[in-house]
Amino acid sequence: MLEVRDLHKRFGPIHAVRGVSFKVERGEVLGFLGPNGAGKSTTMRMITGFLPPSAGTALVNGHDIVGDTLAAKREIGYLPENSPVYGEMTVLQFLRFVAEVRGFKGVARDARVEHAITQCHLEQVRLQAIETLSKGYKQRTGLAQAILHDPAVLIMDEPTDGLDPNQKQVVRAMIREMALQKVIVLSTHILEEVDAICARVIVIAHGQIVANGTPAELKARSPSGRLEDVFHTLTLGDEPVRKVG
Amino acid sequence: MTCFSGPAWAVYKREVRAYITSPVAYVFMVVFLVLTAFLTFSVSNFYENNQADLRSFFMWHPWVYLILVPAAAMRLWAEERRTGTIELLLTLPITLNQAILGKFFAAWTFLAAALALTFPIVITTCYLGAPDGGAIVGGYLGSLLLSGAYLAVGMLTSAMTRNQVISFVLSVVIGFFLLIAGWPPVTGMLAHWAPLWLVDGVAAFSFMAHFDSLQRGVLDLRDLAYFASVIVFMLFTAHVVLENRRAA
Ligand SMILES: Nc1ncnc2c1ncn2[C@@H]1O[C@H](COP(=O)(O)OP(=O)(O)O)[C@@H](O)[C@H]1O
Ligand SMILES: [Mg+2]
Repeated sequence: MLEVRDLHKRFGPIHAVRGVSFKVERGEVLGFLGPNGAGKSTTMRMITGFLPPSAGTALVNGHDIVGDTLAAKREIGYLPENSPVYGEMTVLQFLRFVAEVRGFKGVARDARVEHAITQCHLEQVRLQAIETLSKGYKQRTGLAQAILHDPAVLIMDEPTDGLDPNQKQVVRAMIREMALQKVIVLSTHILEEVDAICARVIVIAHGQIVANGTPAELKARSPSGRLEDVFHTLTLGDEPVRKVG
Repeated sequence: MTCFSGPAWAVYKREVRAYITSPVAYVFMVVFLVLTAFLTFSVSNFYENNQADLRSFFMWHPWVYLILVPAAAMRLWAEERRTGTIELLLTLPITLNQAILGKFFAAWTFLAAALALTFPIVITTCYLGAPDGGAIVGGYLGSLLLSGAYLAVGMLTSAMTRNQVISFVLSVVIGFFLLIAGWPPVTGMLAHWAPLWLVDGVAAFSFMAHFDSLQRGVLDLRDLAYFASVIVFMLFTAHVVLENRRAA
């Protein structure tokens, strides 16, 4: 289970995240929806222990990310935005490295790595340097790294960003496959993605949660029943929205 | 401090591999060996000195390291920042200390390997005469510690920026000050107007004096403690920088 409690982040004068709180249960895929600059990445970076919160905290399977950082990090798999990876390493070397940092040795390490390679369909590129891979394979390598230790909580920052439609389908199918056993939080600014995989949606704008519900509930908020319209109204606030078409 | 195990060891192995699989490492090794050989044999006239010792070899190390160690260290954190892998690394269950130590000892191992490749000069000296074994051991130990101190400076500047060139320049500048603070022409100039205690105090901060006594074969605990404290201080500062400026 993941419980986020009143997270705040200030970068000097910028108050990027202003009191974000929510809970996600096992088996639930939570979509983090919001325009660019809304504070999605910053919130995820605090939940995963990369950035210290200015205030508030998150409980990851009961472990406090601020007070008991290492224990909380062990429960999390994280795919950062743009899926950063060590380009000069091969897929196999990279996954072994992550497995070792996570405390797996010898046979256990190799079993974990092989399982992740199979799950993310990386067999063909296992010995290839990551920098030579296509964007889709790169993203899946990042995903393999995140799920290798079978984490209870999986956090993905724009996991399908920059992929072509086919690659998007593959990644979404993988996420759906894992959904039952895990807490999954993924951020996106693609509305169709929410419909495709999320059981629940949190809309975030200017660092604050402006809506929290199932995709169906959100759609019901607009007379047109379209997620786009709800999204525009919620994230643009009082600014006049010009209807196109 | 955390012990050097598990995650730190994994980082160590990854970084060592990153060095030996990159062409830059071989360029570094070759430049280091050619430069020290050139300075020792051509500039210092190693053969014409008619002295079977390695003074003319070790005396150049502070200057060669001044340029080469920042080049070897600049990628350590700057590259992680530039490519965003720092976010991956620091969200794994690893403490910042473990990450810093893993990287530091990996780079130091690389520098030690470059230094070890200079061993033919020891054989040459032994062939030419009967050198002072203590001075040779002291010289190599001093050189290793010196490279560690430069490396710790490079690690700090690398932690400060995502730009490797900036890290390199900053680190050369800091290294240069630590070096010349005890260089006779500088201390001599200072002695014209400054009181003696100040001259000595400035000189005591310098790499030069501590490296000098080591290469004479004098194993003084104070010199070892000096290099150890420079390394610890620089790594500690790097820790503070990384703790406070992660996303920048
Ligand atoms: N390291 C940082 N320093 C200063 N401002 C930042 C930093 N990271 C993010 N911000 C600011 O915080 C806000 C939220 O950014 P972010 O969380 O990346 O948004 P999103 O992921 O929703 O696009 C933006 O205004 C961004 O400029
Ligand atoms: Mg983002």
